[in-house]
Amino acid sequence: MLGEITLGQYYPADSVIHRLDPRVKFVGTLTFIVALFLVKGFLGYVMVTLFLLGVIKASTVPFGMMLRGMKAIIFILLITAVFNVFLTPGEIVLVKVWKLTITREGVLQAVRMAVRLIYLVIGSSLMTLTTTPNSLTDGMEALFSPLKVIHVPVHEIAMMMSIALRFIPILTEETDRIMKAQIARGADFKTGSFINRIKNMVPLLVPLFVSAFQRANDLAMAMEARCYHGGEGRTRMKPLRYTAADRVGYLVLALFLAAAILLRIFGGGWI
Amino acid sequence: MGIVRAAGLRHDYTKYREDESEVKVRALDGVDLDVKEGDFIAILGHNGSGKSTLAKHINALLLPTEGTIWIDEIDTKGEENLWKVRQRAGMVFQNPDNQIIGTVVDEDVAFGPENLGVPTEKILHRVEEALTKVGMLKFRDKSPNRLSGGQKQRVAIAGVVAMRPRCIVLDEPTAMLDPTGRKDVLRTVHELNEKEGVTVILITHYMEEVVDADRVFVMDKGKIVMEGTPREVFSRVEELKSHRMDVPQVTELAWELKKAGLALPDGILTTEELVEALAALKH
Amino acid sequence: MQLELKDVSFIYNPGMVYEVKALEHVNLAIEKGQFIGIIGHTGSGKSTLIQHLNALMKPTEGQIFYEGEDIWGEKYDQKALRTQVGLVFQYPEHQLFETDVITDVMFGPRNQGLSKDEAKVRAVRALVQVGFPEQYYNSSPFELSGGQKRRVAIAGVLAMDPQVLILDEPTAGLDPAGRDEILEQIRFLHEERGITIILVSHSMEDVARYADRLIVVNDGKIPFDGTPKEVFSHYRELEAMGLAAPQITYCMHALKERGFDVDVTADTVEEARDNILKALGKPLPAPENADKKPAGKAKKSGRAGRR
Repeated sequence: MLGEITLGQYYPADSVIHRLDPRVKFVGTLTFIVALFLVKGFLGYVMVTLFLLGVIKASTVPFGMMLRGMKAIIFILLITAVFNVFLTPGEIVLVKVWKLTITREGVLQAVRMAVRLIYLVIGSSLMTLTTTPNSLTDGMEALFSPLKVIHVPVHEIAMMMSIALRFIPILTEETDRIMKAQIARGADFKTGSFINRIKNMVPLLVPLFVSAFQRANDLAMAMEARCYHGGEGRTRMKPLRYTAADRVGYLVLALFLAAAILLRIFGGGWI
Repeated sequence: MGIVRAAGLRHDYTKYREDESEVKVRALDGVDLDVKEGDFIAILGHNGSGKSTLAKHINALLLPTEGTIWIDEIDTKGEENLWKVRQRAGMVFQNPDNQIIGTVVDEDVAFGPENLGVPTEKILHRVEEALTKVGMLKFRDKSPNRLSGGQKQRVAIAGVVAMRPRCIVLDEPTAMLDPTGRKDVLRTVHELNEKEGVTVILITHYMEEVVDADRVFVMDKGKIVMEGTPREVFSRVEELKSHRMDVPQVTELAWELKKAGLALPDGILTTEELVEALAALKH
Repeated sequence: MQLELKDVSFIYNPGMVYEVKALEHVNLAIEKGQFIGIIGHTGSGKSTLIQHLNALMKPTEGQIFYEGEDIWGEKYDQKALRTQVGLVFQYPEHQLFETDVITDVMFGPRNQGLSKDEAKVRAVRALVQVGFPEQYYNSSPFELSGGQKRRVAIAGVLAMDPQVLILDEPTAGLDPAGRDEILEQIRFLHEERGITIILVSHSMEDVARYADRLIVVNDGKIPFDGTPKEVFSHYRELEAMGLAAPQITYCMHALKERGFDVDVTADTVEEARDNILKALGKPLPAPENADKKPAGKAKKSGRAGRR
C-alpha cells in the first residue's frame, strides 16, 4: 500500500510547470486550495476544473500518475461521502429508509466534498510530481525564511523534509523486504484479532526502527564528511531566481483567485 | 612529508553493556602511517580490525584518543581546521543508499561544494566535471533510487570529487555491490588516481581489488601488522590467513604449486604472471 | 522430485507502462539433497525465482510443486511450506528483533505452533549447527559482530527444520575468514542433515567449490543448468551476461593454449594444482587434510586448511 502514495514522487519531464519556480508552485497550490473552498455554483466548479485540467495538460504528467495518489484517500473519501449523504439536513427528501433520510442537499454536499477532496489531492500531487523534493524544500525554505527572525530553524526543517522525502521509497522497500523475511519465518501479518495483529507487527517494526536509526547515523556521518554545517555560509548550485515565466505564473494565479472570489460573490448558480 | 601521516594513533571508545557498565574498547592501538601524495593505498583487515576507525580519523569524523594524525600537514584535532581537513580528505562509505543526500543526482553532487560555500556559478561546472570523471554525467537528472548499487557509489564518489579533495578514503565501497558494480567502481577510483593524481586510500576485504595498489597495509587488532607492495604482502600467504585474510585464487594456486616443489617466484598476482612463470619452467 | 517449476512466468505490473518480465517460462526440477548454486547479475530474475520457491511470490503463469503438490492449489498450506522451504534473505541480520538470541531463533518454531520448550530445543540445535557460541545465547542480537548476527539469522530459519534451505548471498559483506566459515557451516548442514541447499552467490569461486549443480539466471530465463564444470565451459557466454568463470578457469585455458596438457574444466585450486603438476610430470603432494572432510566431497575442498 505504501508504494501507492504518489506524494513525494517526482515525475521527471521538461514542461512549463516543471520549470516554474518552486515558490510559484507552492503559492499556486495554496491559491488553488483556497479557491477550491471558496467557489460556489456550477460555474465556479467549471472554472476550477478547467484550471486544474489546464495545469495537468501543461505539466505533461500522465493522468494515471495522479490517480495513483487517489487510492490512499479512497477510504477518507467514502466516509466523508457517507456522512454527508446521511447527515445533511435538507428540505427536498429523495429517499427515506427507517431513520435515515437522503436529501437533495445531502447528495449535493457529498458530491461537492468529494470533488473538493479529489481536486485537493490531485492539486497537491501535481506540485510534488512536477517539483523535485529538493527544489520544493528550497522553495519552502525561501518562502518561510522571514521566520528565521523569530528563531524558527527554517533551513533545518527544510533539510529534514528533503531527507525524509528521499528515504521514503528506501524505507518502503525495506519494509517490504523485512515483511517477506518474517513471513518466511512463519510470521502472519494478515489474520488474527486486531490486538494480535498489532502484536504481530513487532517483528516488522523493531527491525525497521533499528535500520532507520542505522541509516540516520550513517547519513549524518556522510553529511558531516561532506562539510555540512547547517545553513550558514552555504551557497546554492541552483539558487531560486524568478524568470519571466514565473511572473506570468503569479499573474495567472492572481487572475484565477480574483475570478474565484468574483464567482463566490456573484456566481450562485444551481449547485 | 606525506599527505596523510599518523603517529602513535590510538582510539578508545566506550561501549555500554546492558547492565550499564562501561567497557573501553581499543579500536586503534598505535598506528603509524605515512602516505605519499598520489599513491594508491589499500588497507585490508577483517571486520572489527580497526580499519574503519582509521578511515574515520582521516576525515576527522573521529579524533584520536592519543597520538596525532595530519592531513596535508594539518592536525585534525584543531577544531578551526575541521572543514579544511574534510575538504582535503573526502570520504566514501559502504552503503550507497545511506550517503546520498540529494533526490536528484546532480543536486547530490552539488551538496559538498554548496557546504563549502563555492560561488553558485562555479558549482555547476564542478558538478559536471565530477560526474564526467566518474562516467555518470548522463544520469544527472535521475533519481538516485533508480540507479544500480555501482552507479550510486559512483555518484557518491562524484560528490566527493566535486569538493576537489587531495585524498579520497573509500571505506569498503564495494562490499554491497555485485561484480559488475564492483568493477566499475574500482575502475573509476583507479582512473581518478592515475589521471587526476588524487591519493586513494581503499579499504576492502576483496583481495582482487588490492592487486593494483601501490602499497598494501593489513590491519588486525587495531594495529598495522603487514605492509608492503601487493607482491610482498601476497607472498606471505600463511601470515595473511592468520589475520583472517585471503589471497587471490591465482596467488593461492601459485603458492600451492610452489609448496609442491615448483620453482615459482613469490607473490604471483595475475593469471598472466602464473602462465608465464609456468611456461618458463616447462622449457 | 522435491521442487518443480512448470512453465513459470512472473510479470511485474502487468499491463502497465512499467511492465517487467522477471521470469519467462521457467522450467526447473530440484532433487532432494542437491547442493545448487544460482548465479546471475543483479536484476536477472534470480531473487524473483527464489521467492517463488516458498510461495512468497505468486507466479503470473505456470505452476510450482513441492513434493508433488501444487503450492498454489486450493487447500495448500503455504505456512507449512515455508517451514519446509526455508529462505534466508540477503543481509538476514536485518530481520532480528528479539531482546535475546535464543528467543529470536525461537520465533520460527513458535510460529509453527511448537511449545516454548520444543521451540527452545530446536533453537539450541540450530544455533549449534551454525556454530554459534553458547555463551551468547542470552545476549542481545544487536550487540553481536556482523558474522555472529548472520549466524543467528540463519539459525532462525534453520530452527524451523526445513528440508530445503535457500540462502541469498549469505556471505555478502563478510571478511574472507567469515565467508569461509559460513560456507563451511552450510556444507556441513548439507552433509549432516541431508537438506537441499540452494545458494545464490556472486562468487564464482565459491559456487565452483561447493555446488554440485549450477543454475544460471539471465533475463528471466535459465540459459545454463548443469555441473559447475559444464557451466563454466561456457565462460565466454557467461561474460556476455555480466558474469564470469572462476579465475582458475581462465588460468587453465591460458595454460592449455600454451601447450600444457591440462584439464580446462578444473575449477578449484587443488584440482588445478594437481593438473598442472601432472602436466609437468611432477609428483602430486600427499593430501594434507584428508581426514578433515567427509570423503564424498574431499575433492572439492578448495582453499587450503582453514576453519
